[in-house]
Amino acid sequence: MDAFLLQILNGLDKGAAYALIALGLTLIFGTLGVVNFAHGALFMIGAFCAVTLQRFLGYSFVTVDETQTDFLGNPLKVNTPYVEAWFGPETGAAIQDWSVPLAILLVIPVMFFIGYVMERGLIKHFYKRPHADQILVTFGLAIVIGELIKSIYGANPIQTPAPQMFIGTLDFGVMLGFDPGAVAYPMWRLVYFFFSLIIIGAVFAFLQFTTFGMVVRAGMADRETVGLLGIDIDKRFTLMFGMAAAVAGLAGVMYTPILSPHYNIGMDFLVLSFVVVVVGGMGSLPGAVLAGFMLGILQSFASMNEVKALIPGIDQIIIYLVAIIILLTRPRGLMGRKGVMEE
Amino acid sequence: MGILEIKGINKRFGGLQALGNVNLSVAENTVHAIIGPNGAGKSTLLNVLIGKLIPDSGSVMFDGQSVLGRKPHEINQLGISRVFQTPEIFSDLTVFENVMIPCFAKRDGSFRMHAIESVFAEKGIQQQAEEMLADVNMLEKRHMIASSLSRGDKRRLEMAMCLVQDPKLLLLDEPTAGMARADTENTIQLLKDIRAKRGITMAIIEHDMNVVFSLAERITVLAQGMPLVEDTPENIKGHPKVREAYLGEAQV
Amino acid sequence: MLGLNSRDFKLFVIVVILTLAAPMLLNPFPTESAIGQSFNAGYPALMQRFVIFGILAIGFNILFGLTGYLSFGHAAFLGVGSYAAVWMFKLLSYNVLPAILLSVIVAGLFSVVIGYVSLRRSGIYFSILTLAFAQMSYQLAYSVFTPITNGETGLQVYNDDPQILMSAGDPTVPHLFGLRMNGATEWNIGGWTFIFENGYYLCAILLIASFYLSIRIFRSPFGMMLRAIKSNQTRMSYTGLNIKPYMLAAFVISGMYAGLAGGLLAAMDPLTGAERMFWTASGEIVVMAILGGVGTLIGPVLGAGLIKYLENIVSKINDTILHNWFAFMPDWLDNLLVTIIHPFIGKGWHLTLGLLFMAVVIFLPGGLVQGGQKIGALLRRKKSKDTGETATKPAE
Repeated sequence: MDAFLLQILNGLDKGAAYALIALGLTLIFGTLGVVNFAHGALFMIGAFCAVTLQRFLGYSFVTVDETQTDFLGNPLKVNTPYVEAWFGPETGAAIQDWSVPLAILLVIPVMFFIGYVMERGLIKHFYKRPHADQILVTFGLAIVIGELIKSIYGANPIQTPAPQMFIGTLDFGVMLGFDPGAVAYPMWRLVYFFFSLIIIGAVFAFLQFTTFGMVVRAGMADRETVGLLGIDIDKRFTLMFGMAAAVAGLAGVMYTPILSPHYNIGMDFLVLSFVVVVVGGMGSLPGAVLAGFMLGILQSFASMNEVKALIPGIDQIIIYLVAIIILLTRPRGLMGRKGVMEE
Repeated sequence: MGILEIKGINKRFGGLQALGNVNLSVAENTVHAIIGPNGAGKSTLLNVLIGKLIPDSGSVMFDGQSVLGRKPHEINQLGISRVFQTPEIFSDLTVFENVMIPCFAKRDGSFRMHAIESVFAEKGIQQQAEEMLADVNMLEKRHMIASSLSRGDKRRLEMAMCLVQDPKLLLLDEPTAGMARADTENTIQLLKDIRAKRGITMAIIEHDMNVVFSLAERITVLAQGMPLVEDTPENIKGHPKVREAYLGEAQV
Repeated sequence: MLGLNSRDFKLFVIVVILTLAAPMLLNPFPTESAIGQSFNAGYPALMQRFVIFGILAIGFNILFGLTGYLSFGHAAFLGVGSYAAVWMFKLLSYNVLPAILLSVIVAGLFSVVIGYVSLRRSGIYFSILTLAFAQMSYQLAYSVFTPITNGETGLQVYNDDPQILMSAGDPTVPHLFGLRMNGATEWNIGGWTFIFENGYYLCAILLIASFYLSIRIFRSPFGMMLRAIKSNQTRMSYTGLNIKPYMLAAFVISGMYAGLAGGLLAAMDPLTGAERMFWTASGEIVVMAILGGVGTLIGPVLGAGLIKYLENIVSKINDTILHNWFAFMPDWLDNLLVTIIHPFIGKGWHLTLGLLFMAVVIFLPGGLVQGGQKIGALLRRKKSKDTGETATKPAE
C-alpha cells in the first residue's frame, strides 16, 4: 500500500509536466489548427530562463581582503556577487537561493514575447499551408532553438537547485500512519505538483470565466462561425499563442530542480506530450490534463523494480504501448470529439 | 424484385426516430428519386445505403447481397457508384488519370500490387478511359489537372469516373445542391443524356423538386423518416399528402 | 528503353553517368590544393554517404512524395537494417550479400508492424505515431535490447564471434565474395588523385537499381493509386479501391529502402549504434527529401547529396580557416564575421541544418527541383514574350 502511494506521488510531477505541455499543444491546435512541434522547445526555453537567472544572480566582482591570506600567503581574493553587495549579504544570498522560483517573474514576459513573435513572425504564414508544412517548419524551429541553446549553454545538463528550504523530503507516510520513511516524497516535487495544479486551474478558469476565454472556446468548437460574428479572432489567437508559450515556459522553469536542463529536453518532452495529446484526444483540454497525469503515474508504476523484473524495459515504453492500445481501441483518444482532425 | 431492396429499416438516434419502417425497391433500369423536406431522413437513409450507418432493424439488399456495414470500396465493388453533392475527384491528377483509376478498380478489384508495369502499357484501360472522355466531351481536356477544371466540368468528370465502371446502380446524392441555375440545367441534361445513351439504373436523393420531376421515373416521398407515397412523377405532383409535407417549404 | 519513356530514360542515364563517374566529377580541384582540401567531395567515405542517403531519400519519397503521409520515424528502419547487417557479420561471415539481404528483410518486417499500427490514422496522427515508434525503438535499443544491440557501446564484430561461414583465407573486413569493400584503385593524373573504391561502386550500383525501381513505381498503376490517395481518399474508396493495403505496401517498400541503406552503412563500416535511430536522424531524412523536392524523381537524391556535402564542408570549417578566408579584410571586420559565423560551423552543423530546413519549407516548399522549374518557366516566358508569342490558356 505504501509503495503504491509512493508510485502515485512519483508519477504526479512528471504527469504534471506532461499535462502542462499537452495543454498548450491542445490550445494551439484547437484554436489555430496548427501542430506545433516547437512546443517542447518552449518548455526548454522556460527551463533555461531559470539557468540564465541563476547565472545572472551569480555574477560577482572581486575584492581583495587584506586581512586574510590564501594558501600561498597572498591576500585573499573574495568573490562577492553583485546582489549581495546591493541587497546586503543575507537578502542577496536568499535571492540567489530562490533563483528558480524568481525566474517565474522572468519567464512570463519572456515566454509571452517569444510566443507572440513566433506566431506573428512565422506560424501566421502557415495557417493555410498543409499540416505537413506546419509540422516541418516548427520541427525546423525546434532544431534551431535546441542548437542555439547548445551553442550558448553547452551540451551538458546544468544543475539548478531548488531553494534550500525545499531540498529534502517530506515524510508523507507518517501523516497517514505508515512507518517513517516508507513514503518519503521530495519536497520540490510536491511544490511542482501544486504549482501545476494552480496553473491548470488558472488556465481553465480563464477559459471558463472571461469573455476572451469564451471566444477562444467558441473558436475551438467552430472557428468560422466565430469569425462571422465579427470578432477579431486572429488577434485573440495571437495572445492565446503567447499564453500557451507562457504555460510551457512555466512548466519548464519549475521543472529544472527535478531534471537538470539540457538542449535536448525539449524534444524528449515534446514526443511524450504529443503521445499524451493523442491519448487524451486531440482538441480536448480536460483530456490532455487527464492523460498527462495518467501516463505520468503509469510510467512511475512501470519503473518499480517488481514490475521491471516481470517485464524488462517496460518503464521505457509503457507510454508508447498505452498510446498504441488507445489508438487501436479508441481512435479519437480518451476524450476526443468527433470531427476534430479527422481528415 | 428490384436491384436495390430496402426492407423494414428502423433507425433511432436517442429519442428521435430517424427512419421508421422504410420499405423501398429500386427496379432495374429506372431512375428512382427519393425526395422529402429537410429532416425527412434522406441523409440517414443514404448513410444506411452506403454502409456508414447500421440500422436498428431491417435489411438492404443489392443484387442479392446485403450492403449493411460494408466498407465504401466493397459497396463499389458490388456495383454501386456514387456521385457526391460537391464533386469528389482526384484534383491533383490529370483528367485522364482520374478516369483511368476507376477502370483499374473495375478490372483489378480493390487492391493489386501492379508496381512495375507502366500505366501507359495498359492499352485496354487507356482506350476505355478515352472512349468515356469522348462520351462526355472532355477528350481534349484529358491532360489538364483536374483542379483547374470549371465546376461543370468537374461534375462531368465525376460522372465519367462513375460511369466508366459501368455500375449496376448510380447513386446520386443531391447532385445539384448549391448550384447556379445554369449549372443545374446542365447537370440535368447530362443525366438525361446518360440515361438515354446507357439505360443505367439511378437512385437520386434530392431536395430540389425541379431536378426530380425532370428526371425521375419513380418517386418516393419521405416525411419524418417514413415513406409517404411512392408513385410516378405525374401522380406525385398533385398528391395532397406531398403538398402537405412540403407546405411552407417550397411551392411546387 | 528499359520500359521507361524517353524523358525518364534520359534522367536515368544521367543519374547512371553521374553516379559512376562521381569519383572524378566530384574532384574538380587538384587534390592537394587548399580549395580542393575544403571543397572536393570525391573521396570514398563521403561518396558512400551520398549514395546511401540517396537510397534512403528515394525510399522516403515513395511514401511521402506519392501518398503525402509524413513519416517521422524512418531512421528506425535504417537503424534496424544496420543492426541486422552487423549480426550477419557476427554470425556468418564478413560477406556483405547476406548482410544486405537480411537488413532489407528485417526492415521490411519491422515496417509491416509499425505501418500496420501507424496507418490506422492519417495526417498528423500518423506523423506523431511514427515519431513515437522511432523514439521507442531508440530507447529499447539502449535498454532492454542491449543483448541484441550492445547498448551504448554499439554493435560490432568481435574476434570470438561465431562467424560460422568464415574460412581461413577470408578477408577480415566486409567483402563481396572476396572483393574487399575498402579495396580501391587509384589514378594519379596531374595534381589529381581519383579513388575508385569497391564499396562505393557496390553502393552506386544499388543506388542505380533503387532509382530505376522508383521510376517504375512512380509510373505504374500502383504509383498512380498512391498519388490518388494523396489527392482524395473519399473518392478513392468510393471508386472501389481499398486504401489500407496500398498504404501499407508503400510504407513497407519505403521501409525496405531504408533497411537497404542501413545495411549498406554497416557494410561500409561494420559497426552501428542506437543513435542512428534518433529523431534528429529521422528529421534529416525529411530535410533531404524536402530540400531536393518531394514527389519528384531526382529531387530527394539531390537533396541527400547536398545535405551530406554541406554537412561535410560545414563541419570541417573552423575559425582558423575562416580567418584565412577573411584575411584580406580589416581585422575588426574579420573578427566580427568569424564571431557571427562561428555558431554555424564545425559542431554547429545542426544549427545550420535547422535553419536550412526552415528556409526551404518557408520559401521553397517544392524544393530545389521545383525552384529550378520555376526559374526555367520564367526564362521561357520571357523568351516567348520577346518573340511576341502569347500562349495564354483559358484560366478555367
